[in-house]
Amino acid sequence: MSEISLQIDGRAVAARDDMTLLEAARSAGISIPTVCHHEKLEPFGGCRLCMVEVTAGGRTNLVAACTYPVQKDLAVKTRSEQIDKIRKVLTEQLLAYAPESEVLQKLAREYRADKDRFPKEPSFCILCGLCVRYCAEIKQKNAVGFVDRGPNREISFVPELAARECWDCKECFPLCPTSALQAAYVLTRSLTSFPSSTQPGSKKQAETNSVAE
Amino acid sequence: MPMLNSPAELEQLRQDILSKRDPGKPRISVCAGAGCLATGASKVISAFIAEIEKQGLTGEVHTKGTGCPGFCERGPVVVIDPEETCYLQVTPKDVPEIVSETIKGKKVVERLLYADPATNEKAIRESDIPFYRNQERNIIGNNIKIDPKCIDDYLALGGYSALAKVLFRMTAGQVVDEVRKSGLRGRGGGGFPTGIKWDAARNAPSETKYVIVNADEGDPGAFMDRAVLEGNPHSILEGLIIGAYAIGSHEGYVYVRQEYPLALENVGIAIRQAQEYGLLGSNILGSGFDFNVKVHRGAGAFVCGEETALLLSLEGKPGEPRSRPPYPATRGLWGKPTNINNVETWANVPLIINKGAGWFSQFGTEKSRGTKIFSLVGKIKNTGLVEVPMGVTLRDIIYKIGDGIPRGKKFKAVQTGGPAGGCIPEAHLDIPVDYDELAKAGAIMGSGGMIVMDEDTCMVDVARYFLNFLTQESCGKCSPCREGIKQMHRILVNITEGRGKEGDIELLEELAMSTGSASLCALGRSAPNPVLSTIRYFRHEYEAHIREKRCPSYSCRELVSYYIDPEKCQACLICFRKCTSEAITGAKKRIHVVDQAKCNKCGTCFEVCPARFGAVMRLTGEGEPVPGPIPDELRIVVRKKDAKKAAGKETAEEAT
Repeated sequence: MSEISLQIDGRAVAARDDMTLLEAARSAGISIPTVCHHEKLEPFGGCRLCMVEVTAGGRTNLVAACTYPVQKDLAVKTRSEQIDKIRKVLTEQLLAYAPESEVLQKLAREYRADKDRFPKEPSFCILCGLCVRYCAEIKQKNAVGFVDRGPNREISFVPELAARECWDCKECFPLCPTSALQAAYVLTRSLTSFPSSTQPGSKKQAETNSVAE
Repeated sequence: MPMLNSPAELEQLRQDILSKRDPGKPRISVCAGAGCLATGASKVISAFIAEIEKQGLTGEVHTKGTGCPGFCERGPVVVIDPEETCYLQVTPKDVPEIVSETIKGKKVVERLLYADPATNEKAIRESDIPFYRNQERNIIGNNIKIDPKCIDDYLALGGYSALAKVLFRMTAGQVVDEVRKSGLRGRGGGGFPTGIKWDAARNAPSETKYVIVNADEGDPGAFMDRAVLEGNPHSILEGLIIGAYAIGSHEGYVYVRQEYPLALENVGIAIRQAQEYGLLGSNILGSGFDFNVKVHRGAGAFVCGEETALLLSLEGKPGEPRSRPPYPATRGLWGKPTNINNVETWANVPLIINKGAGWFSQFGTEKSRGTKIFSLVGKIKNTGLVEVPMGVTLRDIIYKIGDGIPRGKKFKAVQTGGPAGGCIPEAHLDIPVDYDELAKAGAIMGSGGMIVMDEDTCMVDVARYFLNFLTQESCGKCSPCREGIKQMHRILVNITEGRGKEGDIELLEELAMSTGSASLCALGRSAPNPVLSTIRYFRHEYEAHIREKRCPSYSCRELVSYYIDPEKCQACLICFRKCTSEAITGAKKRIHVVDQAKCNKCGTCFEVCPARFGAVMRLTGEGEPVPGPIPDELRIVVRKKDAKKAAGKETAEEAT
């Protein structure tokens, strides 16, 4: 492993050559926003809030800092008009699901995001996957996972595994960027309403009820 | 089957096959591609076999089902050699006549030939038909000569000679160089130079490497790869083995979507037959080079055509893309260097090796060499597969090969590049079709889908349709794609249903920017194309929907009403009977009226109203409100001829 030097926001930054841009920036005290990143977990590249501009060999690209490996002489910009616009829209989209999330509200202030821009669909879950990946990578239990795809994607505990593993663990709860209650809620739903929770439409119904309450 | 142990044995086998085939003997080739099978090709094949026996010609005539030559519009297609007589839309009823007239009598059955719609001039041979004449069919041209289930047909045409050449007369580096010099770029859509990709995989240090055929063709309306897989699977396998040799791989996969059963069947048969001849497996042709290939069935997720998602799917994990770098060339399948190319890319490889990089690069433009297969579909007279040199204009493809728009309608746009492609209007039809020019016009080459649209197509609705597809097919891993496409789709639905508002276009552009620049993979990054290209060229249609609640193409159901002009209605009862929602009231001699509350806007009444009456009107927008129904007592129809008489009478009465 060797040290390399790159430029972030005009500053020369030294980094180990196996670091990502995000790690290099944070080690130099430069902040880049993320909601799906966790230092103990493999980079995921899901929330895309960490988009930065990299210039190498005369070409400029927008890349996710959390997955992009550092390279010698790379020039990185962590803020620009376009980056701020992207972060604003992404924050607004996520706020539709979790308007009360402190993490998102802080981002909203920073990037002047309007929390009411998109129609509310409060599920609390922004699909960052921290719980899913933590359970798989650190605990190696795979008790919670993603189901379905696209806009129908959601997290779901596997009842058979969750019943056995989760009560003594719950380590994923505090990881949740929107609310620790989110994970608890999904877990409880899996354990109490199986098998109807696997039917399409039941999620929406359950949400409407819980919001109304 | 004999195991072949040297290039000489391969050549000997080829000579044996050819010596058993008398080129003067009649051969009947019936397209057995997906399109022709759907229009009854298998019955035509059975009819030929039965009829040949009946007319005492068994053993004299060879009949076979072949790959798709492309003219799907006029299938089933039959070609009779050695004269190359081409018959179109052949049914089993035509078979006795073809056998007695053409096979026995050497005469042409005129009515089954292609007739030029304008001049009625007949074309006897395939190559005389304008649809084919204006193409350059390097890849699909052999399809009609090959029974895809019979390796001997491929060998008879020189098959696997490129492989023999590579294994015995070229180093791996020379193979990569030849492909690089040819200028071949990835035909799956990305357009990345194939030689550079191969070089990276070749230079990646590893004992184990993989090569993969990406046959996960998923674009709506696209069937280029399908036709090659089904019609000439050995050309893909030969390319794959050559690629494996070039990068130093001994194991490969063909990732075929489950929805292509015939492709799966034919590729499976091809692999078995190649193994039996020793063209696959250990010590290929006695060269010491080993290579094995397996078929993997894709489960139908569109995103698995993206290479990193494909790799994870192949590993048995959810098909979700991961970030690049690292690229598959250095870290691919199970972490090993992997080279993935599209079906059509692989099929080009044996041609480049046999005929040389110079031959290949004579086709096409400076930065896009070779030919490209397109599936030409939509509002076009000649639906089918076309293979053209890069650089021909869209206009030539649509008008010279496709023969223009049916039913006298006007061209509006052509959508290239699949669901994440763009719509190109009339004003840009003269751009040469290559990777870079299409991108400049706001579209993409994609894998070669080409959907032609006429004046009745609403461009906002087109964008909505493709975004709906992409909403369903986004894997949901990254938020700009999952949320951005969903929001764009929601706004487009609102606009097409009359709920659009000022600012929607700007919001669409903003969402397009974030989705297009921040998404993880190419699905999200290209998803805004249908929206941005339609806004760019058809902004007025968006504005009409938003400001006037008007659909200029009379296509968006929520914005269109059907109304029967009481002055013109002749109470013929045709629309009354054909109405699909019982919304039309009327009777003999009673003017028909559409009950707007019941009408489902299917447009049947508009289509069936006789042109001489033209009583059914389409209305759209706030400027064209639907007039209220006429009072019951006035619903007595006045026939045109009676009206004349009455008019005469009235003048007479007035005079008195």
